[in-house]
Amino acid sequence: MTKPLPTPVKKNPQKRSTVPTLPPVARSRAALGLAVAAARGAFALQHCEDCGAVQYPPRDACCKCLSVALDWRETDPTAKVLAQTTIRVSPDPYFRERLPWRMGSVKLAAGPVVVCHLHSEVVRGDTAEIVLKLDKAGQGVMVALPQKGSEHMQDDPMLRAMSCDPRHRRVLITDARSPLALPLAKALLGAGATTIFIGEPEDWRNWEGRAALAALENVDLLPLDVTDTSSVTRLAAEIGGKVDILINTASFLRPGGVLGGDTVFARDSMETNVLGLMRLAQAFGPAMAGRTADGVNSAAAWVNLLSSQALAPDTSFGTFGATQAAARSLSQTLRAEFSKAGLRVMNVYSGPADDEWHQPLPPPKVSPSSVARAIVKGLIDGLEEVACGDIAREALERWSADPALFERELRGGGS
Amino acid sequence: MSNAITDLVSALADGQARIVDLTHTLDPDFPVIILPPEFGQCARFRMEEVSAYDHRGPAWKWHNLTLNEHTGTHFDAPIHWVSGKDVPNGAVDAIPPEMFVGPVVVIDCSEGAAQDADFELTPDIILAWEDAHGRIPADAWVLMRTDWSKRRGTDYLNMHNDGPHSPGPVPAAIELLLERGIRGFGTETVGTDAGQGAHYTPPYPAHYLLHGAGKYGLQCLCNLDQLPPTGAMLIAPPLKIKGGTGSPLRVLALIPGETT
Amino acid sequence: MKRQTYDGVVLAAPVSVPYVRYSMETAHWWIARALRDTLNTAGIAPQDLDGLSISSFSLFPDTPVGLTQHLGLSPRWLDTVPTGGASGVIALRRAARAVQAGDVDVVACVAGDTNRIDSFRTLLSGFSRFSMDATFPYGFGGPNASFALLMDAYMEEYGTSREDFGRIAVAQRANALHNPDALMKTPLTLDQYMDARMISDPIALFDCVMPCAGSEAFLVMREDDALRRGLPFARISGTIERHNAFADDPIQLCGGWGVDIDELYQMADASPEDIDVLQTYDDYPVISMMQFEDLGFCAKGEGGAFVRSRDLTISGDFPHNTSGGQLSVGQAGAAGGYLGLVEALRQVTDQAGGTQVPHARCAMVSGFGMINYDRGVCSAAAIIQGACT
Repeated sequence: MTKPLPTPVKKNPQKRSTVPTLPPVARSRAALGLAVAAARGAFALQHCEDCGAVQYPPRDACCKCLSVALDWRETDPTAKVLAQTTIRVSPDPYFRERLPWRMGSVKLAAGPVVVCHLHSEVVRGDTAEIVLKLDKAGQGVMVALPQKGSEHMQDDPMLRAMSCDPRHRRVLITDARSPLALPLAKALLGAGATTIFIGEPEDWRNWEGRAALAALENVDLLPLDVTDTSSVTRLAAEIGGKVDILINTASFLRPGGVLGGDTVFARDSMETNVLGLMRLAQAFGPAMAGRTADGVNSAAAWVNLLSSQALAPDTSFGTFGATQAAARSLSQTLRAEFSKAGLRVMNVYSGPADDEWHQPLPPPKVSPSSVARAIVKGLIDGLEEVACGDIAREALERWSADPALFERELRGGGS
Repeated sequence: MSNAITDLVSALADGQARIVDLTHTLDPDFPVIILPPEFGQCARFRMEEVSAYDHRGPAWKWHNLTLNEHTGTHFDAPIHWVSGKDVPNGAVDAIPPEMFVGPVVVIDCSEGAAQDADFELTPDIILAWEDAHGRIPADAWVLMRTDWSKRRGTDYLNMHNDGPHSPGPVPAAIELLLERGIRGFGTETVGTDAGQGAHYTPPYPAHYLLHGAGKYGLQCLCNLDQLPPTGAMLIAPPLKIKGGTGSPLRVLALIPGETT
Repeated sequence: MKRQTYDGVVLAAPVSVPYVRYSMETAHWWIARALRDTLNTAGIAPQDLDGLSISSFSLFPDTPVGLTQHLGLSPRWLDTVPTGGASGVIALRRAARAVQAGDVDVVACVAGDTNRIDSFRTLLSGFSRFSMDATFPYGFGGPNASFALLMDAYMEEYGTSREDFGRIAVAQRANALHNPDALMKTPLTLDQYMDARMISDPIALFDCVMPCAGSEAFLVMREDDALRRGLPFARISGTIERHNAFADDPIQLCGGWGVDIDELYQMADASPEDIDVLQTYDDYPVISMMQFEDLGFCAKGEGGAFVRSRDLTISGDFPHNTSGGQLSVGQAGAAGGYLGLVEALRQVTDQAGGTQVPHARCAMVSGFGMINYDRGVCSAAAIIQGACT
């Protein structure tokens, strides 16, 4: 039985905040495939295209037939736990702060033997489910989970460090006017978040839905406009030290491609979707990065909401697509910058939302509540790349398979 | 040797003339007009620090600004509106500079506006004002005082599901002012027209009629309660923007001081 | 006979440079000291050095190539043996064949490493690709954690107790008390072993070696050369080497010796009863116990009963790791792979001093190296016989 995490106490102002350390970050190129799979919550291993052998650790050639045709494929995650140990001494600063640490050796039904982190509810002889998680270093690591965990299994300290679970954490949702704000706030509170700060841009103009948000308990509406540097820095100065998860819901979308228009809307969307992200990162990022080891309610994640058009544009929303691609690119830089602190950057891709701008489009469209659910689940699972809805899921798959073909398909070819 | 200018300078020095600032501070949080979202929008005022005595510029501080011609306390030129697009010298850079300094009268509608957000400036009100203060002089600025500039937050735009609700002139009032040969019309609200001005014929009569007649507008003024109904002078020079349809500006009024 | 004998080739001039816990010196420095001593013993000037075999983890960025220029050597034959705990035996068998074939007359086999504060951690970090990718990110327990898993599985499989492993460690400490160069200088009781704090369960403090700095060396030459130089020497009865054996075993309960041990005894025309002294690679007692089994001293799974029934000290009926082994002398990086062989050479040539087993003539040395991922990959063993001069 995993004991539930204690409710975090107020910080002792005489104590220095713990400086974040990371588990070992160096990996071979082949092993990066583990992080790629972990980032999207998949359990994938190298399969030999020639002889079908499944192998681990990742290699550059098949250890059965020497073929170099290796393919990462989803793999049966069940395994038998062969051996276990509890590490009580480690020269590594990250693990040293977290001892004792349980790890073990398991044999996958698929064949390979895997040295992995052991959840506290997994012991030698068990049949376990092996999952790939991103650790604090942002690398893919193997974790043995119980097949049937107890109620609070998510509170296992090892698992908690691999997740960005909103439980006991304080979340900033950057734009209250987003249709996502209300369902997201509710979903986060439902997942155990303690406080939801919600940024309200332009509090000088009325908007529908404000009352519903303001009525929620543990929700604070605070002035924040991502297009205004002074507003962003002001709020960061106020609450930056208490934001454990930041979810950027600010988005500016107008239909239109490149021709037949001007650059005014394009600039507006860049201001919100691209420069807004930068302003938030510059103002909130450093404090969050400094607090990734700050106890139960440490800073954990930065969440960007992107359209799947970040991968390739729907040309009738061309300028919007450009901002999404730019924001995605920034998110990758940010991911690298935050990686030194172990702060996760999660991109949530969704297809057309069920909103005023996509009103003439046929379904499927993504409802705000389903995006909210995907965000909370992605945080709990500690993912980096989340697709919400069929359109985004398919877009990510097709784009991963062949970006050039995907672009042509979006242009209407291939019917 | 004294002349009109030295007289004015000494009047300012000894308090016989005073300056009133009718300008709101340019501030990112100051409201701008809101249009239906499929239309282009008025840029909010934004400042980005370029350097602040730091590695980006060790001895100096400065900002890049982003704003619309119609952000904050601002001037409307005739070419702002479709009715004024062909008016000669209708852009801010072409307007003769004499137009930027001139007489101003203030029609106090603050009491009515306090009771009714959709308070209308009508010809009757203007005529009643003239009964009290004399005929509106030709080539004068006419300012509509509503004390609206004292409103804060959402009360300023006063936006509802059927649009904003704020005071403004009816078409006939503007027509009357044009008969008087005014130079321009100014308000404390976000536009020269009423919040519900779209529903008049013509829609937005202040914009449509004034600019069509080559007249100017001033919006987002404040401190109109400090001006006398008559006898003051307005200084309102917009930035000299090539082909500009308007401009944020500092609006000053010269008023008589306390008589000693 | 599948393999050729090592007739006419011998090893001589054993050198152990006393270990220190931490050293600010370099591997070059430690290797130079051992090399100088072994060459001096044989009366060979450095300039006349004919062949050189080097094992070291901490030479970076140099390789043994850089070492030749660094130390002013001009060998006709140069080898680098990267097999860690198996490097002593493997260096020997390669050098022996080169001498036997006439490619070289004398080979100095040297292993040495330094140990700076924190260098163990950095050594681990860069140890192998699989350890970088697939073990160190899991708690960074280093070899302690890897061997803990093997020991855990071994205990579970064979019902072996911690006391059984303790007997190995306690006996080695008793031996080490006769070796003035051992870093561990205080007696160890079985109770102390049992009460020690856990390091990585079931590995406790006295299951672990102490990383340190040091170097070891010996010479390989023709027998007539040894005789001419008046050096006590040992002949090579047989050797084996194996890598990545039993790859399909889910966990390593049997080392690579199991593949080749019959060939070793056949080559040496010997059996386990003929072995006077056994030097196993003992970075953890569980590996020594596995060697007792895999080298044929007892059946698989009976290592526990074996150690309960035998006395592993110098004066006992099964003298094992007579210098104290790495568990009590210290683990000086790659020199740990030489420790047993150099001690065995001293034993069979009657040069072991305080740790000398009376009448020791036939010694078996086994090496085990490189936890590349979840198990030791290299195994090797040799039987050497002291010559009656």
